Amino acid sequence: MIRFDNVCKRYPEGKEALQGISFHLHSGAMAFLTGHSGAGKSTLLKLVALLERSTRGQLFLDGENLSRTPKRRIPYIRRKIGMIFQNYRLLFDRTVFDNVALPLVIAGYRHQGISRRVRAALDKVGLLDRERAFPIMLSGGEQQRVGIARAVVNKPPLLLADEPTGNLDPELSYDIMQLFEHFNQVGVTVLIASHDLDLISTMPYTQIILHQGRLVGSRAHNSP
Amino acid sequence: MKPAQLLRNYFVRHVQVALNSLGRLYRSPLASLMTAAVIGIALALPSGLYLLTGNLQRLSTQWDGSASFSVFLHKTVSLQQTQALQNRLQQWPEIDSLQLITPDQALSEFRELSGFGEALDTLDENPLPFVITIKPARTQADAESVALLLEKLRTFPEVELAQLDLQWVKRFNAIVDIVRRSIWVMAALLGLAVLLITGNTIRLEIQNRRDEIAITKLIGATNGFIRRPFLYNGFWYGVMGAVVAGLLVELAFLQLHSPVRQLAGLYQSGFSLQTLSLTESLALLVAGTSLGLLGAWLAVGRHLAAIEPV
Repeated sequence: MIRFDNVCKRYPEGKEALQGISFHLHSGAMAFLTGHSGAGKSTLLKLVALLERSTRGQLFLDGENLSRTPKRRIPYIRRKIGMIFQNYRLLFDRTVFDNVALPLVIAGYRHQGISRRVRAALDKVGLLDRERAFPIMLSGGEQQRVGIARAVVNKPPLLLADEPTGNLDPELSYDIMQLFEHFNQVGVTVLIASHDLDLISTMPYTQIILHQGRLVGSRAHNSP
Repeated sequence: MKPAQLLRNYFVRHVQVALNSLGRLYRSPLASLMTAAVIGIALALPSGLYLLTGNLQRLSTQWDGSASFSVFLHKTVSLQQTQALQNRLQQWPEIDSLQLITPDQALSEFRELSGFGEALDTLDENPLPFVITIKPARTQADAESVALLLEKLRTFPEVELAQLDLQWVKRFNAIVDIVRRSIWVMAALLGLAVLLITGNTIRLEIQNRRDEIAITKLIGATNGFIRRPFLYNGFWYGVMGAVVAGLLVELAFLQLHSPVRQLAGLYQSGFSLQTLSLTESLALLVAGTSLGLLGAWLAVGRHLAAIEPV
């Protein structure tokens, strides 16, 4: 699903964010991306979502070479990725329903199809009864679950999460991780950047460890 | 999906976005109305002046056409000679009607209107000649035929002076023409102002919705998708501006209507002000809408590209 081939990223200010990264995340796999703050976790995810372009090396998403993707194709690539953020990134002037519906509206779905899929996604994250609420009325954990529902509503083959539990207490974090496991079990490839080592060490998935922009190890687990 | 269905979806989406954008304007009515009013005033100024000069031109064609003129006879011509001439002229097809004014009639009218009554009393005799007022036939009322008719009248020995002063009508028309041209310059400038107003309003709108734009880009919105609601905003501003402009012009002309009728009545003219015709109203609407859309397009082109998600 994701393949990095000696990828480097240098920011215009001259900071080397990533150096010589190579790894392969198979379709249907789930993995954690760990390391201290500033190790390059976010940059790596941004390269996959084409929020940043690599300076050297090649990376592939679903067989497509992202180093050569023209600008106008970027939106269509992003539609294959469900993205989840530490600060949720919801639209606060719209209801939960409208927030979750946004990817479908963007992709041009018809009204009936939208309602059905939005309810299915909200049902999966356990927020079906809150569809008329505004994000501001929800707790942090609930907001993140809205974010997850939005990420999975158009059934993307890949989920990317950047510190999804960064603002949540341990119990809620565990619930969120279980949601990711659930999506992985139905075939979605999942890559989660997190420095919550206590939490992820309890989970049996590959860890890709970054240190100062370099890949320093990968702790493989056998899938359960 | 089949092409027909894709096309239908495309239209449905456009209608949805158009209505959404209208709803957004409706939710902040004061700001929307103010923008529409500014655009409306900018559009109303040139359209109002255009209409006004159009009316002036219409008025002047009425003058140079159907106006009657006077033929002054020599002082020595007698009443009998004058009446003979009158009878002959009556047969001419170029002439619709004519009226004889005797020196006595002319003098008393002059006395009445000029206020020189006492001065006139000191005159030994009436200095005024016979005058025949001629109204050209309707088919011969253009400037050229009238000039020909005058030429023909001047060949009579009884006639001293036969003249229609078209010069001032020409001058008047030339002035109106210059004013009309300067209206186009003004319209161009105010059109530019409308562009800037919508552009700036849309720019602020884009600033306000920065986060939303970044988030929608993040989850795969194309530039076209993001651009669309802003373009429709510009479209609606243009439409509302044009409607406001139309109303302002109608209102202003309504105010002028009865005084103009009164004035025309004093001149025994059936002239009345013409307001916006259907074509002109449509032209105003099209102009307003295109300017709004273009302004939005310019703003969106400049500012949307600058917002990239991080």
